[in-house]
Amino acid sequence: MGELLTLFLSTVLIDNIILSHFLGMCPFMGVSKNRSSALGMGFAVLFVIVGASIFTFGLYHLVLVNFGLEYLELITFILVIACFVQFTELFLKKFSPALYKSLGIFLPLITTNCAVLYVALDNITNNYSFVETLVNSVGVSVGFMLVLYIFSTIRERLDVSKPLKSFVGNPLALITAGLMALAFSGLAGLI
Amino acid sequence: MENKKPNFFQSLILENPVFVLYLGICSILGVSTSLDNAIGMSIIVFVVLLFSNIIVSLLRKITPNEIRIPVYIVIIATLVSVAEMFIKAYAPSLYTSMGAFISLVVVNCIILGRAEACASKNNVWVSIKDACVMGAGYAVAILSISVLRQFFTTGGLSFSNPLNMAKIFEFTLIPEEFTIALFGKPVGAFITFGILAAVFAAYKNSHDQKVAAALKKAKEAK
Repeated sequence: MGELLTLFLSTVLIDNIILSHFLGMCPFMGVSKNRSSALGMGFAVLFVIVGASIFTFGLYHLVLVNFGLEYLELITFILVIACFVQFTELFLKKFSPALYKSLGIFLPLITTNCAVLYVALDNITNNYSFVETLVNSVGVSVGFMLVLYIFSTIRERLDVSKPLKSFVGNPLALITAGLMALAFSGLAGLI
Repeated sequence: MENKKPNFFQSLILENPVFVLYLGICSILGVSTSLDNAIGMSIIVFVVLLFSNIIVSLLRKITPNEIRIPVYIVIIATLVSVAEMFIKAYAPSLYTSMGAFISLVVVNCIILGRAEACASKNNVWVSIKDACVMGAGYAVAILSISVLRQFFTTGGLSFSNPLNMAKIFEFTLIPEEFTIALFGKPVGAFITFGILAAVFAAYKNSHDQKVAAALKKAKEAK
């Protein structure tokens, strides 16, 4: 139990998917302009990451290993992820049209969110058991959501500030992210 | 101001996929710790982008519109798997130092973005040219960031042949006690990228102003 807790805390805070692995940057820059869509994106990513991790875990250990097809992992994983994203899209369109609209193009782009593929591959390379896979994928998505939400609150404040003209928008956001990474690296002493 | 189309070098800056469109920045931030990795990464991205553009463009007439994205993804994933095996076989040191980022080329937005925006609508020749401009733009971005980061973290630059690890060149300018280790960390990646992006934006702004001024002048002359 203690090991699982350590794994969870370190994926959320120390090995944060955005701030120390630089993955999932596209939605991080794209959907962080207001708080509600940031939260919506966070939950969509949570759903896709956890679902895709469970499926790819089963697929890898039950099918690919049995038939000696490990070299096909990239292709099968990305297809599983694409299907999952499509499913999430249909689900959101039906049950939360407002959120569906506010996420816009970034919803289908979860397919190309590197975080999802990274977690699926990471679970396999680290030889995680099924429980560890679950904890790792939930941890990564909670970390993603946490940082995305904090970042969106900072960006709402940045919108009313007046920086140099060339820094307006993304350059300033990147530097903000850098400072956040600095703050988060202070948490490394936690474990 | 006769030719309105910017030349190759201008389009590298004005249409840079990384600094202007913010595509594929995950790999840029992750792999730009050293020049070796950056060069390896830009070659992989360029080769995969070139072949995916060619294949997508060749298949554009027989690809059903509804399932085009899965088709593109499978094409790209296949190319990346092949590239990954090549690197594992011929440049094992590069393979270990880049880690998961090689597999993650599959989800590099530049490649899928160009397949969707350019190769699916144009003939092979246009797609090849497009791949060259975009690949070069990606290379400019990742190389400039990695040069800065490596210079500040190690105090110099070095580059070695990825096939046999022989050093091709190496020099040190700043003594070790004055180097800034922070640039090798995620913080340095974000801040270097932010500042370079601002530089590119400044150039683009001044260019846009010049173009607008020239248009105004031309209108007044009429």
